Amino acid sequence: MSYEIIGISVLWIFLYGYLIVASIDFGAGFFAFYARATGKDHLINRLISRYLSPVWEITNVFFVFFFIGLIGFFPAAAHYYGSSLLVPGSIAIVLIAIRGSFYAFENYGSKKNIVFLFLYGATGLLIPPSLSVALVLSEGGFIIENNNVVTLEYMKLLTSPLAWSIVALAITSVLFISASFLTFYADRADDQPALKLLRGYALFWSTPTIIAAFTAFLYLSQYNARHFQNMMNLWWLLGLSVVFFLIVLWLLYKERRYGWAFISVMLQFGCAFFAYGIGHYPYILDPYITVQGGATGEAMGIALVAVFIGGLLLLIPSLVLVFRLFLFDADYVKGKR
Amino acid sequence: MIIDTVLWSRLVTGLTLSFHVIFATIGVAIPLMIAIAELVGIRKQDHHYTLMAKRWTRGFIISVAVGVVTGTAISLQLALVWPNFMQLAGNVIALPLFLEVFAFFFEAIFLGIYLYTWDRFRNPYIHWLLTIPIVLGASMSAFFITTVNGFMNQPAGFTLEHGQFTAVYPLQAMFNEATPSKVFHVLTSAYMTGAALLAAIAAFSILRKGATDYTKKALKLMMSVLLVFSFLTALAGDTAAKFLAEHQPEKLAAAEWHFETAKGADLIFFGWLNAEREVIGALHIPKALSFLAFSDFNAEVTGLNEFPADEQPPLWVHYLFDFMASIGFILLAVSAFFFLFLFWKKRNEYNRWLLRAIVLGAPLAFLAVELGWFYAEVGRQPWIIRGYMRVEEAATTSPSIMPLFFLFLLLYIVLGTLCIIVLRRLFRNNPAEVELEKIAATHAAKAKEEGELPS
Repeated sequence: MSYEIIGISVLWIFLYGYLIVASIDFGAGFFAFYARATGKDHLINRLISRYLSPVWEITNVFFVFFFIGLIGFFPAAAHYYGSSLLVPGSIAIVLIAIRGSFYAFENYGSKKNIVFLFLYGATGLLIPPSLSVALVLSEGGFIIENNNVVTLEYMKLLTSPLAWSIVALAITSVLFISASFLTFYADRADDQPALKLLRGYALFWSTPTIIAAFTAFLYLSQYNARHFQNMMNLWWLLGLSVVFFLIVLWLLYKERRYGWAFISVMLQFGCAFFAYGIGHYPYILDPYITVQGGATGEAMGIALVAVFIGGLLLLIPSLVLVFRLFLFDADYVKGKR
Repeated sequence: MIIDTVLWSRLVTGLTLSFHVIFATIGVAIPLMIAIAELVGIRKQDHHYTLMAKRWTRGFIISVAVGVVTGTAISLQLALVWPNFMQLAGNVIALPLFLEVFAFFFEAIFLGIYLYTWDRFRNPYIHWLLTIPIVLGASMSAFFITTVNGFMNQPAGFTLEHGQFTAVYPLQAMFNEATPSKVFHVLTSAYMTGAALLAAIAAFSILRKGATDYTKKALKLMMSVLLVFSFLTALAGDTAAKFLAEHQPEKLAAAEWHFETAKGADLIFFGWLNAEREVIGALHIPKALSFLAFSDFNAEVTGLNEFPADEQPPLWVHYLFDFMASIGFILLAVSAFFFLFLFWKKRNEYNRWLLRAIVLGAPLAFLAVELGWFYAEVGRQPWIIRGYMRVEEAATTSPSIMPLFFLFLLLYIVLGTLCIIVLRRLFRNNPAEVELEKIAATHAAKAKEEGELPS
C-alpha cells in the first residue's frame, strides 16, 4: 500500500474517532444545559460531568490531530481550505474556544453559572454544523480558484440544500450518538432515573437522524453523481449501516444490553462514514486535490506514518488506562471514587 | 490593499500568539513545579507541600483550558491566515507539528488521570509518577513547536528548485541549526517564569496576610527553582546570542544597532537613533558585543549594513532585546538576594521590599517572554521562511482578515478576564489555611477513630 493511501486511511479513521467522541461531548453539553433549564439536572448532570471532566481535552486533541495530519499529508489542503475557510474557520475557532474554556470555568471554578452552561451547551450544537461545512465544500463547486486566488461561493453554499441537509444530519447525529452513549453510561452507573431520561432522548433523536441521513444522501445524488454512484457501489456497507440502526432501536426499545446498543451506534455510523469516505476517493477536494496528486513528498509521508505508528503505541495503552479508570471502573462511574 | 491584508494578518497572528504564549508558558512550566512540590511533600511527609501541589493543579487546569483553546486557534490560524506558508512549509515541517499534537495528546490523557486520582493509589509515589508524562508531554510540545520556529529562522532539510521541492529530509528540517539554542532558551525561560509566578503569589499572600508556614515554604521552594532557572536562562540567552552572531547576524546586528562590521565591537545599551542612524544617549560597554557574540573581545561582528536594505529587520527590536535581557538579570538578582538574606542572618528574607520585588517579578517575567518572542518574530522580518519566502507572499488575500482581528481581540479579552475572575474566586473563597485546618480535622478524626477501635 502506498503512503498516500495509508495517510488518508489514518486520517479518515481519526476523523471517525473524532466524530464519535466529539458527538458524545457536544451532545452531553447540550443535554446538561437542557436538563438544567428544564429542572431535571439533578438527574443527569452529575453523571455527565463525571464522564466529561477527565476526557474533554482528549476530544479536542482528536480534532487538532486530524487537522494537522491533513495539512501534513496533503499540504495543498492548506492552500485551498485555508484560503476559502478563513471566515467560517475563524467562527469555528471562536466557538471551540468559548466551549472549551467555559467548560473549565464552569466545572473547575467554584461557582456554578447558568450562562457558562448555556454557552457551553449552545456552542456544542453550533460547532458540528460549522465543521461539517468542510465536508460540503469537499464535494466541489463551492471553492473556486482564479489566478491562484481561492474564493468561497457564499451564496451558492448558503442556498444549497445539500449543505443544509448535512448540517441537519450533523446536529441530529450528535444528539443521537450522545444520548445512546449516556444511556449506556447511566446503565453502568446503575442510575435508574437518569437511564430513563436518557433512553427517552436516544429514542427521540433516532428518527430525525435517519431521516436527515436519507435526505442528505438524496441531495448528494443530485449534486455529485460520481460520489453518489461510488457509494451505491458500496450498497452492502450502507445496508449494514441500516441493519445496525435497527438493532440499536430494538435494543433501546427492549431496554436491554445498552453497551451493545452503543457499539451498534458506532458501527452504524462507521459503515455510513466509510461508505461516504471510500466513495469520495480519489478526491480530497473535488476537483483540485486528489489523494495521489496532493500528497506530500515520499520522505515526509513515510516519516509521518512512522510517527503515527510510534505515537499509537504510546497512546493506545494510555487511552486504555483512562478507559479502565473512568469508563469501565464501576465504582468510579457510580461516584464511589 | 495587499499591504493592508498582510498587516492585518500579522496583527491577527501576533495577537493570538501573544495571548497564547502566556498560557503556553504556564502550561510548560507549572507541571514541573507541581511535580517538585508533590515529590517534596512525599519525601518530607509534609502535607503542606502536597496541598501546594493540589492547589497549583486546581489553578493550572483552568489556565490549561485557555491554553488548549488558544493553541487550537493558532494551529488553525496558521492555515487560515498563512495558507501559502503552510502549503510550502507543510511539505518540510509537518513532522514536528504532527509530533507536537501527539505530545499534547499524551499530556492531556495523563493530566485527566492525575486530576482525578489523588486518593486512588495507596502508594503516593504512583500518583507522583503520573506527573512525569505530564511534564514530559508539556516540555516536548514546547520542543516541537520551537523546532518549527527554528526552521522559519534557519530553513534546512530541503532543496527548492523552481518552486518545487526536490528532496525533503524531515529530520534535518526539525533539527535545524537554530533548534538547540532556541529550545534551551524557551524551556529555561518558561520554567523561570513559572517559578516567578508561583513565588509572586506566595510573596503577595505574605504581604497581604502575613507569613504562614505554608506560604513561607511555597516561597522558599519557588525561589530556589527561580534561582536555578534564571541562571540557566541567562546562559541560554548567551547561547542564543552566539548562535545569532554566527548564523543570523542581521538579527543580532539589528538588536544591537551594530551597523558597520567591526572588530572589538561595543555593546550598546538602550539610547535612541537620530535621523542619520547615529546612536545617542546610549550606554556603551567597550568590546562587549564582540565578547557576547564570540567570547572574544576582539572578534569581528558582522554589521547590519552588509545586508540589502529590504532584508533588514526593523531597528526597534533593539528595545525588545534590551528590556528582555534586563528583566532576565533583574530576576536573577532578586532570587540571589533572597538566598543571600536567607543565609546572612542579619537580614530578613521576608523584608517587605524584597517581597514586593518578588511580586513584581511575575509580570516582568511574562513581559520578558513576550518581548523575547516579539524579538524572535520581528527580528526575522521581512522573511517568514528566512531566505525563501517573504511575509507578504505567505498571507491570505482575503480582506475579511481585518474584522476578524477585532473578533479575536474581543474573544481574548473575554477569555482573559473570565479566567482571572474564575481563578480569583477559586482561591479567595478557599485560602490554604482553611484547607489545612480541614485536613488536620480529618486526620484527628481518623486518629480518634483508630484509637477507639481495639486493634
